[in-house]
Amino acid sequence: MKDYHDQLHNYNTKPKVMLNRLFYIILLVMTMFSVFVLAILLYTIIRDSWGWFNWDFITSMPSRKAENAGIYSALLGSIWTIGLTALFSIPLGVGTALYLEEYSDKANHINRFIQLNISNLAGIPSIVYGMLGLAVFVRFLAFQRSILSGALTLTLLILPVIIVSSQEAIKSVPTNLKEASYAVGMTKWQTITGVVLPFSIPGILTGSILGVSRAMGEAAPLILVGAAGYINFAPKSVFDAYTTLPIQIFNWTSRPQAEFQKIAAAGILLLLIFLLTSNAIAIVIRNKYQNRID
Amino acid sequence: MSKIIVEDLNFYYGDVQALKDVNMTIEPNEITALIGPSGCGKSTFLRAFNRMNDFIKNTSVDGSIIYDGMNIVDKDIDVVELRMKVGMVFQKPNPLPKSIFENVIYGPKRHGLKKKHLQKELVESSLKQAALWEEVKEDLNKSGFELSGGQQQRLCIARCLSMKPDILLFDEPTSALDPISTMKIEDLLVQLKEHYTIIIVTHSMHQAARISDKTAFFLNGEVIEMGETGEIFSNAKDNRTERYISGKFG
Ligand SMILES: Nc1ncnc2c1ncn2[C@@H]1O[C@H](COP(=O)(O)OP(=O)(O)O)[C@@H](O)[C@H]1O
Ligand SMILES: [Mg+2]
Repeated sequence: MKDYHDQLHNYNTKPKVMLNRLFYIILLVMTMFSVFVLAILLYTIIRDSWGWFNWDFITSMPSRKAENAGIYSALLGSIWTIGLTALFSIPLGVGTALYLEEYSDKANHINRFIQLNISNLAGIPSIVYGMLGLAVFVRFLAFQRSILSGALTLTLLILPVIIVSSQEAIKSVPTNLKEASYAVGMTKWQTITGVVLPFSIPGILTGSILGVSRAMGEAAPLILVGAAGYINFAPKSVFDAYTTLPIQIFNWTSRPQAEFQKIAAAGILLLLIFLLTSNAIAIVIRNKYQNRID
Repeated sequence: MSKIIVEDLNFYYGDVQALKDVNMTIEPNEITALIGPSGCGKSTFLRAFNRMNDFIKNTSVDGSIIYDGMNIVDKDIDVVELRMKVGMVFQKPNPLPKSIFENVIYGPKRHGLKKKHLQKELVESSLKQAALWEEVKEDLNKSGFELSGGQQQRLCIARCLSMKPDILLFDEPTSALDPISTMKIEDLLVQLKEHYTIIIVTHSMHQAARISDKTAFFLNGEVIEMGETGEIFSNAKDNRTERYISGKFG
């Protein structure tokens, strides 16, 4: 015992302190690296789109002539598909998570199989979902190359992310809070609406933001389920043909004319703004709930 | 007439028997204290009265607990109705992530009490009964989390009382609290027994001696001895009870 204390007092803390400092610097550099890359990206996009990103660009239909080309139809297409995707995927994902966490018997083999599948589905390449959407929504259910087919495909794509993150959020609700609710004679459903959801909504929204953001940037599966490259009208119903921002941008970047590269940059800028705005809205909602809990 | 009669109650977690042939009667408007070393089945027994054990998988129970003319061990009884009459306060204060007002009104509101003025009345009377009103009446909209530990525990008591229960169960309600908060809660319990029947698990024999009318000593899932608190503490019949009370083990 005495030896131990002697050792403790003679212990040289310098290397530990240095190591601590070193890791701090390494982690800081790593963080700065991604901020730096983002800054360069933003800089090049703004430089390239300078003079092209304006109100006319946002409110005009695409055109073969670069000086007339706008992104209006793609912006509306994205709003439609993403809106519909969020509408389908969030209730379905949260519902599934609630079932798996609160209702299902976790020892049951079927439920464990479902769980395993959901976790693995999150890692499947998006193009595979495109093929599935083509077979099921476009052909079998005959929704054709419509907004509805696109939104349903994106829903499948982001459901696993939303389910898994909602499950984590629901799992984190302390048992003693649920007990508090049951102890005053609440049913399971009343406990879910009264305690579980209010407590887990910040986490659920974080997962939903991640999922929906991913859907916003996807082009590949939508190309497979028939999003068009050129649309010169505003969609009026979920059965209309459509295009979305990433597809429109992809389409422009593959044109040989230099002007279209500028327009593509302007499109990317708009996509970024669209993404950041919708994330910001979701984060504001999330923080509102978070404050109610803390 | 006794409030609750427990007969030959056995409880199992899987193969592990946590309660062995427990027999007991609980008298109305009394505080019954359950004491004994940790792991001897006090919580399990307490949670049988409001069926909180239902949430634990792989358990089984036999025997009977007769309350209000029903055997509440019976799988077919309406547990929601039971829990409305048998309130519970837990070891760790567990206010909900809501305002003080919403915490107190949580149960009644969801059971259909929607009129705002009735809610206000009930919140006020429940907080007064829980001896918390004077401390929080100015800021009922503050989060329940902002209260001190002792206040949170009284808030949880108010949340129970707003349901106008018949029986109150306490599972070591002061084990996480400082001595002054503990004293306040003990005083409160003694006041509350005028209107309610109280069963309390306590880690502290002194607490049992101070506030309870009856004391039951548990050991390894069995009730070794039960009787008038004064009698148990001054004149235990079983020498295991005496040894526990005099601090020789546990
Ligand atoms: N959820 C559970 N699953 C399995 N065994 C449990 C569970 N809860 C309690 N037990 C066991 O039952 C016995 C009694 O526990 P408990 O009623 O909590 O005792 P006490 O409240 O007197 O400390 C202990 O042996 C404990 O290990
Ligand atoms: Mg216990």
